[in-house]
Amino acid sequence: MNPLLKLDNVSSFIGPFHILQGVSLEVYPGEAVVILGRNGAGKTTTLRTIIGLVPASGGKIILDNVDLTAMPPYNTVRQGIGFVPEDYGIFDALTVEENLLIAMLQEDQETLDRRDHVLELFTDLKESYKRFASTLSGGQRQMLSIARALVNDNKIILIDEPSKGLAPIIVEKVRDTLLTFKQKKTIVLVEQNFEMACAVGDRFYIIAEGQTVLDGTMKELMDDEELQRKHLGFVTA
Amino acid sequence: MHIFLMLLINGLAEGALIFLMAAGLSIILGLLGVVNFTHGVLFIWGGYVSIWIFSMTGSFPIAIIAAVAAGFIMGLIFERLFIRPVYGNVTAQILITLGLGVVFTDMARLFWGPNPIPASRPEFMDGTWVIGAVIISQYRIFLIIIGILVAIAINYLVNRTKVGMVMRAGIQSPDMVQALGINIKVYFAGVFAGGAALAALGGALYVPLVGSVWSGMGINNQILAFIVIILGGMGSFYGSAVGSIIIGLTVAFVSWFYPPLTVYTTVLLLLLVLTLKPEGLFGMAVRN
Repeated sequence: MNPLLKLDNVSSFIGPFHILQGVSLEVYPGEAVVILGRNGAGKTTTLRTIIGLVPASGGKIILDNVDLTAMPPYNTVRQGIGFVPEDYGIFDALTVEENLLIAMLQEDQETLDRRDHVLELFTDLKESYKRFASTLSGGQRQMLSIARALVNDNKIILIDEPSKGLAPIIVEKVRDTLLTFKQKKTIVLVEQNFEMACAVGDRFYIIAEGQTVLDGTMKELMDDEELQRKHLGFVTA
Repeated sequence: MHIFLMLLINGLAEGALIFLMAAGLSIILGLLGVVNFTHGVLFIWGGYVSIWIFSMTGSFPIAIIAAVAAGFIMGLIFERLFIRPVYGNVTAQILITLGLGVVFTDMARLFWGPNPIPASRPEFMDGTWVIGAVIISQYRIFLIIIGILVAIAINYLVNRTKVGMVMRAGIQSPDMVQALGINIKVYFAGVFAGGAALAALGGALYVPLVGSVWSGMGINNQILAFIVIILGGMGSFYGSAVGSIIIGLTVAFVSWFYPPLTVYTTVLLLLLVLTLKPEGLFGMAVRN
């Protein structure tokens, strides 16, 4: 089987800083791949480079046989990528309805049906539909960000630290949500919360100093405390 | 009482003209983060193009449309060639737009000569209404109506259309707008050109009010527009509308009772607002 998303020795800069120095990974249709690593390793930059928000300076990024490497972000996304950024990327000056509307690449019946389905999934958003996004709680903002990635028929969803800054009870809700749509979507998840990563991920890649240094199944990582200590700096209980 | 009413109408008409300049300037600053000193020159070109076309066609509406079209096209060219390379670099924006202002003011002098060119109001709006002791200029009422219609149109565009949605979102995070599959550069160009067209409309409507067009008329109005957007709150459309009315009325009343104080009063108002509410009356975040 061909990978849906393939990064081959990708590098990129932010200003003068060489952040990604050779990231390679493959994501197959239907699986959830978790990108792990210490703070500043280049996990978020990897997602932003796939999208095109950080231009790739080398290597290849292929999605479903389409070369994304030199594409501007607005075209990259139109190839079928949903993006849930670390800071949610919610527009405060827009209502919940408008935040969903602006994300819809088409306004055909199929997309409208998907939006309605997403609202059934996130009942909080349905109740706040006409409210400005600035009034939403952290958890609701995260839900809206995920909902926005689901209104289009995307091939793959990139999610950056969905549990960051959220209360434990909200993290559980976010995890359940990811588990629900994991059955239908291919996911790339950047996550510091190891429990969340273990619950959602099928496979993992570890990035250190801008390079992929290890990959395997989540089960292998969960069972190997030495690997966790060496690459992630912690030991699970 | 009749003087009060006359000054009120004069002030609102003046405010409507300033609003046409300030609204575009404010949206350009809010969405693009661009400090644009070409607005004065677009105002001048709007004035020159309108009387040039009016002299050829004799049609006021065609002259206005031509001025707006000229402003829009100039805005597109300015944005693509000169502004786009310096997004995010305020110093370069100021230098480049000031330079463009000088070049295009001299080009206007080259095309239409250095002397003021007289302009007349269209016949159907040249009269006055006399109600009791109050004399009301039809053209000033026309300006107020245009100002209100433009404000309603911008309000509709910003709050009721997808273009407006993208503009409001783009002020907060242009990157995220792009990550939703929207080419924000197209919107940037459209907003800049739209703002330029509004400035040209202001110039085209200003010329019949004062009776002539000259190459120095842009600078005063540009300064008033900058005062308005600082007073109203940078990047705020509502701030521009309210600020324009305040400045228009202030100019009308003060210049009637004691003309030498007009400039000082507007600057004093600006200082007061900056002291009490530094972000302006309806201030909001402006992109760095």
